[in-house]
Amino acid sequence: MSRANDAHIARYRTMRRIRTFEERVGELFLKGESAGSMLHLSIGEEAVVGLTDHMRDGDTFTTHHRGHGIFLARGADPARMLAEIGGRGSGYCRGKGGSMHIADRGLGHLGANAIVGGGIPHVVGAGISARNAGSDAVSVAFFGDGAMSQGILYEAKNMAALWKLPVVFCCINNQYGMGTRVDRSAGHRDFPARATAFGLNGARADGAEVEEVFEAAQDVMDGARNGRAGFLEIDAYRFHGHARMDKSPYRSPEEEEEGRQRDPLARARNRIGDDITLDRIDDEAEAEMDKAMEDAIAAAPPDHASMFEDVYAEGTPPPRPQRERLMDILGESA
Amino acid sequence: MTTTYRDALRQALVDAMEDDDSVILLGEEVGLYGGAYGVTKGLLDRFGETRVIDTPISEPGIVGAAIGAAMTGLRPVAEIMYVDFAGLVMDQLANQAAKSRYMFGGQIGVPMVLRTQGGTGRSAAAQHSQSLEAWMMHVPGLRLAMPGTVSDAYHLLRDALRQPDPVCFIEHKGLYTLKGEIGPEPDAPWGQPAIRRKGTDLTIATYSRMLQEVLKAAEALAPSVEVEVIDLRTLNPLEDEVLMDSVRRTGRCLIVTEAVTTGSVASEIAARVTEQCFDWLEEPPLRLGGEDIPVPVAPALEAASIPDATLIGETARWLVTREAPSWAA
Repeated sequence: MSRANDAHIARYRTMRRIRTFEERVGELFLKGESAGSMLHLSIGEEAVVGLTDHMRDGDTFTTHHRGHGIFLARGADPARMLAEIGGRGSGYCRGKGGSMHIADRGLGHLGANAIVGGGIPHVVGAGISARNAGSDAVSVAFFGDGAMSQGILYEAKNMAALWKLPVVFCCINNQYGMGTRVDRSAGHRDFPARATAFGLNGARADGAEVEEVFEAAQDVMDGARNGRAGFLEIDAYRFHGHARMDKSPYRSPEEEEEGRQRDPLARARNRIGDDITLDRIDDEAEAEMDKAMEDAIAAAPPDHASMFEDVYAEGTPPPRPQRERLMDILGESA
Repeated sequence: MTTTYRDALRQALVDAMEDDDSVILLGEEVGLYGGAYGVTKGLLDRFGETRVIDTPISEPGIVGAAIGAAMTGLRPVAEIMYVDFAGLVMDQLANQAAKSRYMFGGQIGVPMVLRTQGGTGRSAAAQHSQSLEAWMMHVPGLRLAMPGTVSDAYHLLRDALRQPDPVCFIEHKGLYTLKGEIGPEPDAPWGQPAIRRKGTDLTIATYSRMLQEVLKAAEALAPSVEVEVIDLRTLNPLEDEVLMDSVRRTGRCLIVTEAVTTGSVASEIAARVTEQCFDWLEEPPLRLGGEDIPVPVAPALEAASIPDATLIGETARWLVTREAPSWAA
């Protein structure tokens, strides 16, 4: 088997693990085991793997609220992710962040963000850190088409270009900001043009074709590693609603049918053509994610006392619980 | 050696930058221009443009970049020229900087300092004269320091640059030329108020520039009314035992701020004093703050919109002796 094909299969595997993971997130919700319903699935957007495959140890990134797949592609443990999504103490953030705020400093994940565009400028700072340290690390901001309408993106793009930082802005355009299709939110839909207008290396790739994303991302990531900030739009389709409760009444079944034809997994499978290998990968992903979900469901909720931890750094006094204050004012000895 | 509040701040930055290569400055006009109020003058020449970074006029971007830098090993000092621009940066400040450590389960701290300045005194009108510390004090996760003396300008900024969590450091535009000495040690540990004047009849709690007005008023009232003056120094953390001890001794508490009174830090302090000193109080804790209006530009109106030594003195005497000022007779 050729080396190119090995890489294609590896990317298929990552994409399959993402999709199966997201399906389990949906099940976790249906079982009543998730913390809330603010769960945003990235099914249909798995070709982001074409970019993350260019990332290395030491690179950092921030994501939007639909970032499960990106984090998995960067090496996350699905059991700890599902535990976090389930609000368990063994989750990545001790059950304090959940689906929309997963992070792991060790894997370079500086945080998923639930404010549209909120995490984007952090990669500028990470870029300054990398530059000042003389490292070749790149920092990547992942966000959706919704963030293309946030002013902070343009401040960050300008700074990244001005200071020649090793930074990449990756817009995963799934066509929808919640229920608003991109043609109802953008006056001019050429997003890479907005990047090149700021002096960035701007590119677009078809999100149905992971290998096309991989090729486009090569130039963008290489450029960033050499101080030319970049932008990549991955043109995809959000297969499901905005969050778990959303049945997408704002779009037609015909449109969804057509959108789901743009399936990066099905396309990769057809191109690779090795059904035996790919079936085995699918089975392995099912088994892995089943086990991860079992582990997450079995995990204990966080300690009540942990609620007051992590507001401030360890070693500084934590916030005072209300009951303690009440006892001081109203208690017998007061 | 006598110096100024402005020079003390600059000295704190220089010393911190000499001690620690990870300290960087970024903000509008911090480099070539030397800072809108001259605090960072000369630092670009001294430390170079990788550590003193002039930014575009992009306040949310400045704070956001500082957050990312802090998450990845630097210790940035982001400057927002006027605290009034907090309206632009509150997402990055309150939703990002303040919450990252908590949301991410303690993994990712944001050891940055946001330097800014506020307050009246330069006829800078409604969008360049506010005192917005209550906005920051309301957000768990944000530290908040407001130096009112030359020595604190130095020591609180040094302390702020040693904190593991984000600190809003709010200077007062009316204090930059204040003269004084930098003490060899801070007047109190980080998080604790300092007693600036001893007294027995009334406790006045204050911070930032109002400290200077309160001290003037206290001198003028003595010896008939002896005021104990407590400088809060930091509003988060705020270990308030020093204040409560004082109120329990004097039985009276006046809280003086420049910020508009409604929903203010003074309101929070009054609530704490009420809860913790109720049985010792001779009078209700009283707030004396800015009028509940935007700051007007006309110098006479601007000055009249905030307390001064005269009004503080009149109010203090009224509270202690029940002797009403002439305007209340």
